[in-house]
Amino acid sequence: MAAHLLYNIEETVAVVLFGIGFTMLLLHRNLIKKIMGMNIMDTAVYLFLAAKGYIRGRMVPIVVDGITDAEAYINPVPSGLVLTGIVVSVSTTALMLALTIRLYERYHSLDLDQILMQAKKEEPS
Amino acid sequence: MSRRRDNYENSRWRKFERWLDGEIDPLSAKGIETVVPDSSSAQNQAGTGLSGGAVQDLAQAYLQNLEAKAERPDSDFNGYMETEPRESGQMAIQLKEDGQTEPELWKVEETDQKRQKEREERGIRIYRRFYQIMSVLLCMGIILVLLWTIAYLPIFGNAGNPDNNEVSARYIEQGLKETGAVNIVTGMILDYRAFDTFGESCVLFIASCCVLVLLRTDHHSQEETDSSLSDRMYEPKNDMILQKCACVLVPVILVFGIYMILNGHLSPGGGFSGGAVLGSGLILYLNAFGFAKTERFFNAKVYRRVTVSALTFYCLAKSYSFFTGANHLESGIPLGTPGAIISSGLILPLNICVGLVVACTMYAFYTLFRKGGI
Amino acid sequence: MTLVQNFPFFSIIIAMFSGILSSVLNSRQARNVSLAAILITTAMSGAVLGYCLGTGESYTYMMGHFPAPWGNEIRAGVLEGLTALLFGIVMLLSVVGGMKHTFEDVEASKINLFFIMIDLMLSSLLALIYTNDLFTAYVFVEINTIAGCGLIMIRQKGRSFGAAIRYMIMSQLGSGLFLIGLTLLYDVTGHLLMSPAKEAVAAIEAAGNYEIPMLVILAVISVGLAIKSGLYPFHSWIPDTYGYATPTASAILSGLVSKGYLFLLIKIFYRVLGQENVIASRIVNVLFLFGLAGMIMGSVHAILEWDTRRMIAYSSVAQIGYIYMGIGLGTQAGMVAAVFHMFTHSATKALLFISAVGLYEVSGGKKDFVSLRGAGNRNPLAGVGFTVGALSMVGFPMLSGFISKLLFATSALQSPHKMMFTIIGLAVSTILNAVYFLRLVITLYARPKKKESLREAYGSEGDAREAGKQEERVKKACESEGDARAGKEVGNRKETNEAGNENAAGEQLGKQHISWGLGTAICGFILLNLFLGMMSQPVVQAIANGLAMFD
Repeated sequence: MAAHLLYNIEETVAVVLFGIGFTMLLLHRNLIKKIMGMNIMDTAVYLFLAAKGYIRGRMVPIVVDGITDAEAYINPVPSGLVLTGIVVSVSTTALMLALTIRLYERYHSLDLDQILMQAKKEEPS
Repeated sequence: MSRRRDNYENSRWRKFERWLDGEIDPLSAKGIETVVPDSSSAQNQAGTGLSGGAVQDLAQAYLQNLEAKAERPDSDFNGYMETEPRESGQMAIQLKEDGQTEPELWKVEETDQKRQKEREERGIRIYRRFYQIMSVLLCMGIILVLLWTIAYLPIFGNAGNPDNNEVSARYIEQGLKETGAVNIVTGMILDYRAFDTFGESCVLFIASCCVLVLLRTDHHSQEETDSSLSDRMYEPKNDMILQKCACVLVPVILVFGIYMILNGHLSPGGGFSGGAVLGSGLILYLNAFGFAKTERFFNAKVYRRVTVSALTFYCLAKSYSFFTGANHLESGIPLGTPGAIISSGLILPLNICVGLVVACTMYAFYTLFRKGGI
Repeated sequence: MTLVQNFPFFSIIIAMFSGILSSVLNSRQARNVSLAAILITTAMSGAVLGYCLGTGESYTYMMGHFPAPWGNEIRAGVLEGLTALLFGIVMLLSVVGGMKHTFEDVEASKINLFFIMIDLMLSSLLALIYTNDLFTAYVFVEINTIAGCGLIMIRQKGRSFGAAIRYMIMSQLGSGLFLIGLTLLYDVTGHLLMSPAKEAVAAIEAAGNYEIPMLVILAVISVGLAIKSGLYPFHSWIPDTYGYATPTASAILSGLVSKGYLFLLIKIFYRVLGQENVIASRIVNVLFLFGLAGMIMGSVHAILEWDTRRMIAYSSVAQIGYIYMGIGLGTQAGMVAAVFHMFTHSATKALLFISAVGLYEVSGGKKDFVSLRGAGNRNPLAGVGFTVGALSMVGFPMLSGFISKLLFATSALQSPHKMMFTIIGLAVSTILNAVYFLRLVITLYARPKKKESLREAYGSEGDAREAGKQEERVKKACESEGDARAGKEVGNRKETNEAGNENAAGEQLGKQHISWGLGTAICGFILLNLFLGMMSQPVVQAIANGLAMFD
């Protein structure tokens, strides 16, 4: 098993990062760090996908010299998925940062527990 | 109605009645504040595995302390662990459930509260430690499960893996002929799997709408204006070095962005990356020369027009292509010679649309975060 | 290919295009465009349903010039058409019912943005229903999440920001798990479209490769979508989210968004992973247990809740638990019951949220039990609507909730190991439901206590004029309803009012000013509920047909 993990070192690193990001997003109290966790998690998935698309000894999927042989290029599908995923990640990050700014303006805190406590006290509904 | 019993107020029926009326909660016999433990947010989920009463109590104490801290106007945000004694008698009263405010009770309450607070703080410390350990364990758990999965997955970089199947083979072998794009990835995302990409542009669009909702300030209240003014005051104005550098860099960046967009089907790049480069060029220009100059050619109206027309064109063009495709009609769009700039059918105009949308959105994000408006 | 077969694609594109267009329109134009888009898509969904029922089979629709494993695809069948139709109706009624509050709660210059969110939400829901491609599903799940967040925080008052960030965090956790599940699935199958992926999964199962990855994929995708739909241990964001948004947003979020994810989960179970594999992997048992826990704990939380809107939100946790319990039964009948309960819940919960708004309007905007005392007499139509919704949730015969509970009970009989738990869970949950819903219904028709307490209840909010007006109205209401001497016994009150409020409603409708949108929406929802309750046979038949088409 350990040997297999070493062969798959990219995927191993990716899932370790995924676990770290997931835990940060779930459990960190600081909103900015939560967002960082989210980005780490997403990036880990892209790393995983990019690793999956790679084939040893082959070229980037851009046709050169008219060679259209499947043996010559790497798998283009994961690259496309990563591209889509990055855009989604940018959008959610921007949205969450904007929300954080508004929360900080109102409650003067980045600590989620404190914000929720304060919100509960100030505004019953 | 018959005569009421003497201890009617304490009878079960009366309790039931009061519960029906929504006055107090006889089930938990506590005030409103303490009924629902849900506000302890995601972190209580760390302890899902354990349901011991002790942990619950600790969590409760922790929350109460938080509540007490929230009372103080300028409390230290990170100061959970600080152990300095708190001396405000006001807080002691706040923590009491009912509003008995007879002065002679205060002092007793205060010392009581102090002692209780010390106990609570110890509880919180234990709870925090426990919480940290639990979160590390959860992290390890997720990682281990995924590693266990990885150990059984296909080996990295092997040509015989299941994902290198007929799908990717056709994209590579027929892609040039069917889409006319030399860059196979562009051909894939803008022709084979164009619906995904359309959804993706809509993600950007709706995210920018959400940020507009959150950050656009339409009516300026006094303090908001003040804070934004003070924000503006400290930003560098007429920074010579920045301006000179920008004079050199901005044209290069913009031209490079346009090149990436226009050559999206021929070389690495495309609408998304080129749009991001264009957006960064605009942001650099804005930083060097200020809002007044930028707003002469790029304001909210331009932003809206560009975004809407680009997305509309994208929507209509792709609808046409989907419709003809599904109904087995010829789309009638020439693919051109592969390798030429004007080639590969709809991919070039779509790339331009995507590039415009991305550039505008990036710039809009920046200005919204900066000053609350485009 | 006939024109009707294009309708799923048209409805997605129309909803999306109206969203794009709305960003240059003003608020009223945006509202009209949005309503028109919802109407058109609903009509199209109806046509698709009719077409699929007529031909008796499902079809796939190429999005572009390339066939299955290469290009994107969408797929329509009976179940998709039915779900899209119902979602369209619920969406339309929710938007109409909450219109007045939308225009009050949202800043005037941002109302068109609200309708953009509605349009894109509709398009993403339709895409989640019709999709035949896993990655398309992921992209539209994200659109759905962001639109949902926008709908929550657009109120910009009170605790809605806190609610929005919690919703966003939990949703992102769910999306992350879902995405890594998809990635792993792509790694072992090499396909993103559902039909080829299912063939690949079958080949893998036959060869016996990748047993552990398949198990983890199943678990990760289920947990990801369960977090997003708010299954019990991951429910912590629900009460805030549903409790503090504008009424339309609450109705849409609780009625439709979580159902969209559930539908996607069911679709993935059937169309990708294979229902037999899912049952064999025992993941369903975990879902079953969580569902049972949710049924009980959601109701317990709801009983302990003070804010009535949060109470309704906790009731959603319980109802989501029912649906997961149905999925967890692992039989065809259980799945039919779960899908039917999905429909029931979206019709009923939206009704509850919308009619609760009518009740808050006449109670000075307050949401606790004390203020709502007698609100049913002050706004009879909303009172009737709420009563119908509450009775349906409890499982009163003739209403849709009764049918879904009946379906759950009968389907439980087919799986011997889980029968006991299911029946006990249903019984306990029904009793708990009855406790908190009937309590609120009784409160709604109780007489206001004394004048002092009334003044206290309304006066404390500050707006003295409003309070005075309210009191006038209350007095009038009390006089005109003099015959209903409901005060003596709690048990009596309930029965007299159920019978009596119908004519009371008729009497007072003239006096009471009620916005037409709210009235229409409540009437529509009641009719929908009655339809699901009385004409359940064809609906259940259609669901069973649709599920059979999934294979």
